[in-house]
Order: sequence, then structure tokens, then C-alpha cells
Amino acid sequence: MSPLQQFIEYSIVGIAAGGIYALIALGIIVIFKSSRTFNFAMGEMMMLSAYFFYAAAVTLALGPVLGMVVALIGSIAVALLIERVAIRPMLGRPFIAVVMVTFGIGSIIRGIVGMVWGPNDLQIPAILSRSPIMLGHVFVPGKTARAFAIAVVIVVALIAYLRYSRAGVALRAAAADAVTAYSMGIDVRRVIAFTWVIAAVTGCISGVLMANVNTLTPHLGMVALNVLAVVILGGMASIGGVLVSGFVIGWLEAITGLYLPTEFREITPYVLALIVLLVRPNGLFGSKEVERI
Amino acid sequence: MMAVTAEASHARTGARVDAGRWIRIGLLIAALLALPLVAPRYWIYFAGLLGINIIATHGLNIMMGYTGLLSLGHAAFVGVGAYTVAILQTYFGMPFWITVPLAGVSAAVIGVAFGLPSLRIRGLYLVIATLAAQFILQFVFVQWQSVTNGDVGLPVRPATVFGYALNNETRIYYLIVAAVIVMTVFARNVIRSRVGRAFMAIRERDLTAQVLGVEIVSYKLMAFALGSFYAGIAGALLAYFNQFVNPEQFGLLLSVFFLSAVIVGGMGSILGAILGAAFMTLLPELLREGSLLFGSVFSLDLGTVLTPLRETIFGLLIVSFLLLEPRGLAQLWKRARQKFSR
Repeated sequence: MSPLQQFIEYSIVGIAAGGIYALIALGIIVIFKSSRTFNFAMGEMMMLSAYFFYAAAVTLALGPVLGMVVALIGSIAVALLIERVAIRPMLGRPFIAVVMVTFGIGSIIRGIVGMVWGPNDLQIPAILSRSPIMLGHVFVPGKTARAFAIAVVIVVALIAYLRYSRAGVALRAAAADAVTAYSMGIDVRRVIAFTWVIAAVTGCISGVLMANVNTLTPHLGMVALNVLAVVILGGMASIGGVLVSGFVIGWLEAITGLYLPTEFREITPYVLALIVLLVRPNGLFGSKEVERI
Repeated sequence: MMAVTAEASHARTGARVDAGRWIRIGLLIAALLALPLVAPRYWIYFAGLLGINIIATHGLNIMMGYTGLLSLGHAAFVGVGAYTVAILQTYFGMPFWITVPLAGVSAAVIGVAFGLPSLRIRGLYLVIATLAAQFILQFVFVQWQSVTNGDVGLPVRPATVFGYALNNETRIYYLIVAAVIVMTVFARNVIRSRVGRAFMAIRERDLTAQVLGVEIVSYKLMAFALGSFYAGIAGALLAYFNQFVNPEQFGLLLSVFFLSAVIVGGMGSILGAILGAAFMTLLPELLREGSLLFGSVFSLDLGTVLTPLRETIFGLLIVSFLLLEPRGLAQLWKRARQKFSR
């Protein structure tokens, strides 16, 4: 295979893997939009959902469909609990304090999952077919391709929902100006709680997909930290920019795997983050959130 | 008016207060020096570990508590200090009175290298940069095998003072006590100086600080360098204390540990850093004792449960202190003392 062909193949596989990252990124940005909260527990929410799926589908033998339903309900319940108990009381506190709270929540969830399910890999029932898909001459692994398709469908559906539904309008109003939105009769607290529900849904789906493509481990959620790092640098201003950041991470990881030993993949997003900080401190897409001092 | 009278009354009682204070400090130091004579070895081991954690926590407290710079990579800078010692000793045979200061300096330099781009801008960028430092530095510890010996790590020979090897808990204990006293006094003096006031001004409101003539970027850099320097010194002592270094010691969990120590103790308080470090050092031990007790009852597998249990409790402490008592144990202590003296 020629080097160019190889590059193209790795790029396509990488972008396909980036679908899940885009889904994670969407969960991170809706919360940020509504309350300026950076959710450092996103990865752990994702991982917990995958374990809920495992508990329902395998331990209770409910099968994948009911398992997914149980996982979704469980994830939403946990997200609402987090929002009510730990996030809402922090409203108005410095954002660094809120970051630390979400970071602490992540640590709690990691610990609980470690205690309940142990540190070893678990196998969840395959909901994605393994049969590969050919794109022209490019061979895309079946699970990656199907996970990508599902992720894209969910992302598009959610964006359409946020664009056209009443809840979406309320969210955008609250994001633009919380005080005005509140005075116009929008219950901003409910909007914030609602964004945690959306994050729970995207986290749950991405977690189960991730556990399907790889395996189920307590480290499953670590990728969300990578996504968060790149998303923050991509600029939190636009949903489009955030989604692109997700695909960029997937692509970069694949390309790193092509040219460098595989161990380098785990630090690629952070190296990218540092480079972006050096050369484009205003973020890749020039968000206005950044203030130079 | 209030301030003037308070100052005047302080001036009147000042001499007496100072005398009482020096007596208390003297007693404390005497107690610290006498401790190995009366306490079991196991305690001395913990005292040493506690001292190292106090130094590292002072560092994070200077960054986070006083200047408002959140770092999620403190453990990695501690690791830089520890590896500096191991490398300088293994490859250049340097003695500890050179390696320890150099460990502080190298951690400060590497810290600034990671922090520099993001310290120029506001917001969350420093958090990302420190998270990047955590993962990238740990990656270097593991992967740069020709120097760091990979996952296995490097052995460290005990430090020697006047030809006297500090090769057990008690001997290195004295070195650590001396370091803790020096580093604590230094931190306290920096905080009380113009520099410390600049740090706090930046934490409270950076724009106002700038308007009042505080060079924000250079003071932020100074705070970050100083905090990393403390981490490096703590790492150096840790290397001599354990007599080995390996990458596993300096993971994200240790960064969370220091974060909890600062928050639990009370951000922006020297006493808080000490209390927080003490609480967090003793807590895992209590957890271990507790789980030994309950482990036999519930027949738990200790090896696998202990680490996640710690993770859970660290997280719970961070969240509940931030929610319920953001000024930490230092504030509780203050309140208790006020009640007591009334």
C-alpha cells in the first residue's frame, strides 16, 4: 500500500472514531452553554453508564435493548442528582471552584465503580456487528463504522431538537443572557438541569458505544478528559467548532498511531492542546471567551 | 478608626504575645526533635511522609490558595523533583545538598515551561496545561527508558550528612523536619511580603490588581514557579525517603490527593496546608485500619478495594468541603479556638 493510501485509510478510520468524541463534546458544551460549568466528570458519567448497561444487560440478563433503557434512566438519575446536590449550590461561585467540584465528583464515581465492579476488563454483549465496511478501497472496522453512524445520528437529532423545540429555545435564551431569560419567565434552573439530562444521554450512548468498540474498564472515561482539553481549546463558543474538535481528536489519534509507537496516542490530545496554546492562544476558532491580560 | 485602634492595642500587647509565641514555637520544635526518642518507628515513618506532603501542599496552596491558579498536575512536578534526584545521583553521583535544590529548580523550570503559554491568558487554560503536564510528564517517566528505566524506576541511595547515611526513618526524619520548618517559614514570609499581597490581589480580582500596578503575568509566573519549586523539593525528599522512584507514584490520584489536602485544609492558609496535609496523610491509614476491621466482616478483597475507596473519599472530601466549608479545617480550627477562649 502506498503511503498516501495508508494516510487516507488511517484518516477515515480516525474520523470515524471521532464520532464518539463529538458526542462527548456535545454533552460537555450544552452544560457549559447553560451555566458556564466545565464538567470534568463527563468521562466518569460515561463510564458509569456503560457499567449500568453491563449490570442490566449481563448481570440481570435483561438483554441489550432493556439494558440500554435501564442505563439511560440510571444515567439521567445520576446526572440530576449531581446537578441538584453539588452543582446548583455552587451557582455564582468562582468557576475554578465549580471545576474542582466536578473533578471531585469524577473521583467519587471512579472510586465507586472500582469498588463495585473491580479493576478488570469486562465484556459487554456485542450490539454492533463486526463485519467491516468498505468505502471504495478503504477498509473500515465494522464496530467503528457503526458507532460512528449511531453517534452522528444522535448528534444531528440532538442539534435539531435544540434548534427547533421549546426547550432548545429556552436553552439558547438562558445561554445568551440568563438574567433576561429569567425575567421573561424561563426557569433557568430547570434549563440547567435539562442540560445535565442531555449530557447524561450523550454520555450514556457514547459510553456504551465506547465499551463496545474497546472493552469496559474503569479507564473508559479518561478519553473525555482528552476531549475536554481539546474542546476548551477549540473554543467553547460554537457547537460546530466543538464537534469539529471531536473529529480532530479521533483523526489525530489515528495518525499518531500510524507514524509513532502506539503509546504516544494517549498524550496526543495534550500535546496538541499545548501547541494550540502556544501558537493560537485565542483558540482554534477564535472564540471571544478568551481574554488576554 | 477600627484599624488604628486594633493596631495600637496590638502594639501594647505585642511584646507579651511574642514572648508566648516564641515559647510555643520552641516547645513545638523540641517536641518534634524528641519525637523519635519516644514514638514507635512506624509513627516516625508517618511523620516523615507527612512532612513531605506538607511541603508539596504548601506549593499547591501558594498557587491555588493564594494566587487562584488551579493545577491538576502537581503530582507530576513532585515526580520531576524525585526523578531529578535519582538521575543526578545515578549518572553524576551528586550528593543530596546539590540534588535537592536542583530538584526544586528543575521542577520550577519545567512547571513554568508548561504554564507559560496559559499564564498569559485568563480562564481555564492553565487547568488544561497542568492536566497536559500530568499526562505528558508521566508518559516521559515511563517511556524515556534509557534514562528513567521505565516502569521499574530507579533506586536511590540514602542521603549522607557528614559521612553519616540517612538510611532509616529516624535519620531522614530530622532532614525532613528541618526542610519543613524552612519551607513553612519561607512560605509564610513570602505571603506576608509585597509578593504575597500581589498574589492575593490577583486571586481576588486580577483586573483591579493590574490597575493598581501589579504586574499580573510576572506574579502569576512567580507563583507558579514557586509552587512547582516546593513540589520539586517534596519530590526530592520523597526519593531519599523511599530510596526509589517509579512512575506509578506520581499519577493523577496523587494530584487529586494534593488538591484535596489544600481544599480540606483551607485554601489560602499556611496552617490550612499543614492541617490538610496531616488529615490527608493520616486518612488512608485510618481507611486501611478500618477496612482491615470491616474487611474480615464483609470478606472484601483489600488489595482491590483500597485504591478506589481512597478515590471515592478524596472526591467526597473535595466536594463536601467546597460546598459546606470552603475555608476548610483552618476555619474550623479558628472557630473552635474562639469558642474555647471565650
